Amino acid sequence: MVNKSAHIITEDLNLWFGDNHVLKDVNIPVYDRNVTALIGPSGCGKSTLLRCFNRMNDLIPETRITGKVMLYEENIYSSRVDVTNVRTKVGMVFQKPNPFPKSIYKNVSYGLNVRGIARSRIEEIVEKSLHDAWLWEEVKDRLHESAFSLSGGQQQRLCIARALANDPEIILLDEPTSALDPQSTARIEELCLALKDQVTILIVTHNIAQAGRISDYTAFMYLGEMVEFGKTKQMFTVPKDKRTEAYLSGVFG
Amino acid sequence: MTRTRKLQALLGTSLLKLFIALTAIFLILFLYVIFSRGGKMINWEFLTQSPRRYMTEGGIFPAIIGTFWLTVLSIGFALPLGIFTAVFLTSYARPSWLVRIIRVSINTLAGVPSIIYGLFGLTVFVQFFKFDVSLLSGALTLGVLAMPVIINASEEAIRSVPPDFREASLALGATERQTILRVILPTALPNILTGTIISIGRVAGETAPILFTAATFYTRLLPTSVMDEVMALPYHIYALMTEGSHAAKQVPIAYGTAVVLLALVLLVSTVAIIIRYRLRKKKKW
Ligand SMILES: Nc1ncnc2c1ncn2[C@@H]1O[C@H](COP(=O)(O)OP(=O)(O)OP(=O)(O)O)[C@@H](O)[C@H]1O
Ligand SMILES: [Mg+2]
Repeated sequence: MVNKSAHIITEDLNLWFGDNHVLKDVNIPVYDRNVTALIGPSGCGKSTLLRCFNRMNDLIPETRITGKVMLYEENIYSSRVDVTNVRTKVGMVFQKPNPFPKSIYKNVSYGLNVRGIARSRIEEIVEKSLHDAWLWEEVKDRLHESAFSLSGGQQQRLCIARALANDPEIILLDEPTSALDPQSTARIEELCLALKDQVTILIVTHNIAQAGRISDYTAFMYLGEMVEFGKTKQMFTVPKDKRTEAYLSGVFG
Repeated sequence: MTRTRKLQALLGTSLLKLFIALTAIFLILFLYVIFSRGGKMINWEFLTQSPRRYMTEGGIFPAIIGTFWLTVLSIGFALPLGIFTAVFLTSYARPSWLVRIIRVSINTLAGVPSIIYGLFGLTVFVQFFKFDVSLLSGALTLGVLAMPVIINASEEAIRSVPPDFREASLALGATERQTILRVILPTALPNILTGTIISIGRVAGETAPILFTAATFYTRLLPTSVMDEVMALPYHIYALMTEGSHAAKQVPIAYGTAVVLLALVLLVSTVAIIIRYRLRKKKKW
């Protein structure tokens, strides 16, 4: 834990939606090329914290944020930072698969197009991203069909491919499997494990077993506070905090 | 209890059927009256010739062309502006006073009688901008008339685009503007076109707005520029029914013109519906 380089680190992060104090002095490191799971009962602020890392909370009116979110040496909330730049470095996959109403190909090339990447390179990157998201074999003959012709699990992998096309340093996943069947879920879990060689992964999950299966580190949140952070194995066997223990044993949640 | 309910249900559906039948009957009657009196006027000459002898003979070609251009130009001007306004109205999470004023204005405009648009066009386009009585003045006036419908339809269409798409786009590093242009508008387009179809019918058929701004009673010439006066189908009907002294010859021509106007509106609507259908089919979600 000490000799790992932290990719993202928050420093006394506080967030308010209007009068609602949602994140309270959150300090959490997200380690390079590891899977970090964010767990906690419903409404404790997991999604909100996740959305701080790519500044998606900026979209919500009356949001106030104090503290820092350091991506390497840079505070992504500093006024000099270009938000679109942050969002290409920090990709996001949502709870419900949300491909665009476009073709499979155009979904993956979207991020490249908006950045004005040369046409000649796009095709190659699209193919690679689909490979990396384990979707290529299933879609290579129908790249120009609507993304909605895919199954839910395939759509979610398409969303992962779409995020990967930007060559992000970190990918945020907000309960990416909660809308999927067990088989699709297993496939995405394996995919996360395979991807962590090339990209840092931060995943919110309601499923404690899932966190145990795929994460190297786990952060437990409760009522907007970061209660406990540590190696998943350690935390799952000997939790330090009573509340963590209670949550892991299913007392509340 | 159940019996009264059954009776109520029966009464309800019977009434409903009756009203549907009434509507259908009115529609059929309406079409019958127009077509039976005007249908026999339709022939090649009627569609391709200019009127002759104080509009008692010949065709209505200049009026067809006039209405066509008035409609195309007015929609061509109102559609982009309407979409732009709708984007502006929807891109603010919390309405500012400016947005509120615009919204009130739009809703008020939607209820203004069309003759008032005619006076407005006369004052603003004909006199103030010195466009004179011309295709341009008429098209702009009709465009203003069509705007509220187009704006409301566009706003609704944009709002019905799932917010997921916007989030997905922004999360991929797109700017707000790119998101609007590449995701939101293409997704909303079929519904925007629906609203536009409605306004095409209205624009093509309005007489009052072009009365002082574009329409001329009679010209043998086709417009050569947007600064020319034009004949127009609805105004032609009005002129035939109110001017001249050969009612026996003029009235059938008026009905024939009505048939052409109806056919034109139906044609444009059909084309628009086909376009919309194609777009919908392509992007299902
Ligand atoms: N768009 C929003 N506007 C205002 N308040 C919000 C918004 N989104 C979330 N909140 C509030 O922030 C708090 C944390 O919500 P958040 O969605 O982060 O919880 P969560 O841990 O992800 O819950 P879940 O497990 O149910 O997804 C809640 O009190 C919620 O009501
Ligand atoms: Mg959540």
